[in-house]
Amino acid sequence: MATEKSNEMQGLTGNSAVALAMKQINPDVCPAYPITPSTAIIETFSSYVADGEVDTELITVESEHSAMSASIGAAAAGARVMTATSSQGLALMWEMLYIASGLRLPIVLTNVNRALAAPINIHCDHSDSMGARDSGWVQLYSETVQESYDNVFMAVRIAEKVRLPVMVCLDGFITSHAIENMATISDANVQDFVGEYTPETSLLKDMENPISIGAMTLPDYYMTFKKQQSEAMAEAKDVVEEVSAEFAQKFGREYGLLDSYELEDADVAIVIFNSATGTTKVAVDELRKEGFKVGVLRIRLFRPLPHAEIAAALKGLKAVACLDRADSFNDFGGPLFNEVRSSIYDLEDRPKVISRIYGLGGRDYKVEDAKSVFEELLKVVETGTVEEMTKYITI
Amino acid sequence: MLEVRWHGRAQQGVVTAAKVLGETCLRTGKYVQAFPEFGPERMGAPVKAYNRVSDEPIRMHCSVTNPGFVLIADPTLIGIALAGGMESSGGVTEGATEDAVFIVNTPKSPAEMRTALELDGKPAKVFTVDASQISIDKIGRHIPNTPMLGALAKATGMITLEDLMDDFKVNYSKKYSEAVINGNLEAMKSGYEGISEG
Repeated sequence: MATEKSNEMQGLTGNSAVALAMKQINPDVCPAYPITPSTAIIETFSSYVADGEVDTELITVESEHSAMSASIGAAAAGARVMTATSSQGLALMWEMLYIASGLRLPIVLTNVNRALAAPINIHCDHSDSMGARDSGWVQLYSETVQESYDNVFMAVRIAEKVRLPVMVCLDGFITSHAIENMATISDANVQDFVGEYTPETSLLKDMENPISIGAMTLPDYYMTFKKQQSEAMAEAKDVVEEVSAEFAQKFGREYGLLDSYELEDADVAIVIFNSATGTTKVAVDELRKEGFKVGVLRIRLFRPLPHAEIAAALKGLKAVACLDRADSFNDFGGPLFNEVRSSIYDLEDRPKVISRIYGLGGRDYKVEDAKSVFEELLKVVETGTVEEMTKYITI
Repeated sequence: MLEVRWHGRAQQGVVTAAKVLGETCLRTGKYVQAFPEFGPERMGAPVKAYNRVSDEPIRMHCSVTNPGFVLIADPTLIGIALAGGMESSGGVTEGATEDAVFIVNTPKSPAEMRTALELDGKPAKVFTVDASQISIDKIGRHIPNTPMLGALAKATGMITLEDLMDDFKVNYSKKYSEAVINGNLEAMKSGYEGISEG
């Protein structure tokens, strides 16, 4: 296959880029129940279906629970399956998310991150996908429109290699509705990259030797299945690295498990997800010009958690702030904070770690907000004490 | 980096205007962002949209708070505090840079608008264009976005009228009929020619 490192830019929103990626993948089945702010993914994709540009069977269902149920049925039958949702939609899928992962079905779901009610809100935060973090889905988080598009292709490969469902997350409105410069990949090169899907087993694969999927297991076997699922999740980390490396080699855009920025000699850093990373990088550049050694670590892969890599990236730092766009309501910091803090526990001279909850329900997170967190961290280093371990900011 | 803020009411096309501006700048080799700020989704509700335009990749993903260019598609939004959207926010001049360029859709003079915007004696530039009348004349509907784009090209040189019209033809010919495309192209041209500075 010819490598394609195109610099030809076009302007697409996150939603239209994901819909285009789905068109280029041409999945067998797409069960969907559109919800803001991911609506345009399914709206645009349904036009591709109506215009005969894909062969996909689009199943319009009556709820997200049914969307995931139909995805599970189709994937069990051996189909390549994709769908998209947000917020309450993901929450309504919750029961079925565990069945998709437990049955080891490589479904790819784009989740456009949106706050959960109540109070009702359509804007961005990460409480929806954070709520699904223990559901056995691989979770990839995307900083830009370009990365959202690229992650969808990689998600297909990762899912089918480790036989686990993959969730690609991008920020509602901030990424889903923003036009940014991005490069697309040709249809032929997409097809070459994702390849033909030939599951080892499926309900329809060999009618002479029928199989059951989803049979009852008692204490004799349930735990065995779970151990295999856990091992698959551990293996997924290496597969994400391999697939990302192949993608970089073919298309020239590099993605790691983590994205480190100015961390090598940093004293303090912010750890964060998705679109707010870029805003934080601008703050890093401005503070570096003033002589402050600050950096940022973006978590691209959150499930499985690259805990050893996180520890390696934060080794040698003096203070770290984990910025969560979701609250665990545990009176002990957000989900990212707890997992990053736990990841670095075995480091000698580990940095002090603080939790800052920001940007809930679409509240803007500006360069100044990142700068004030860095200022707090520098003060922690100077005084050696953490005054407030957990705090809401941007409020 | 240039930062632009659009003010209008839902259905006046400011989100599309930001989109067309972004696409036009992108086609001339710039890095761009174009994004809306939706509040309650109903006709007539105040809507904002934003652009960033730069020679370098744009990494920040926050709202534009200090625009150098402010386009007001609906003059009834002047002088009122705008609730809603991602955050409650002040009026149309809030956060604008000292030397910002304001373009207002109104049949009134730039001097009257300068006073209405409380910018008398300040270095900001104020332009007016009767985009509503142009859109009714050229498109047959009250959608002032394309004449505002033409006015922006004339007032700032951020884009050329030719690039704007080329982009619109290329990107929207599939979506709209030839009559609608031509009406909008004429509206852009009339907006370009019909702007007043004061």
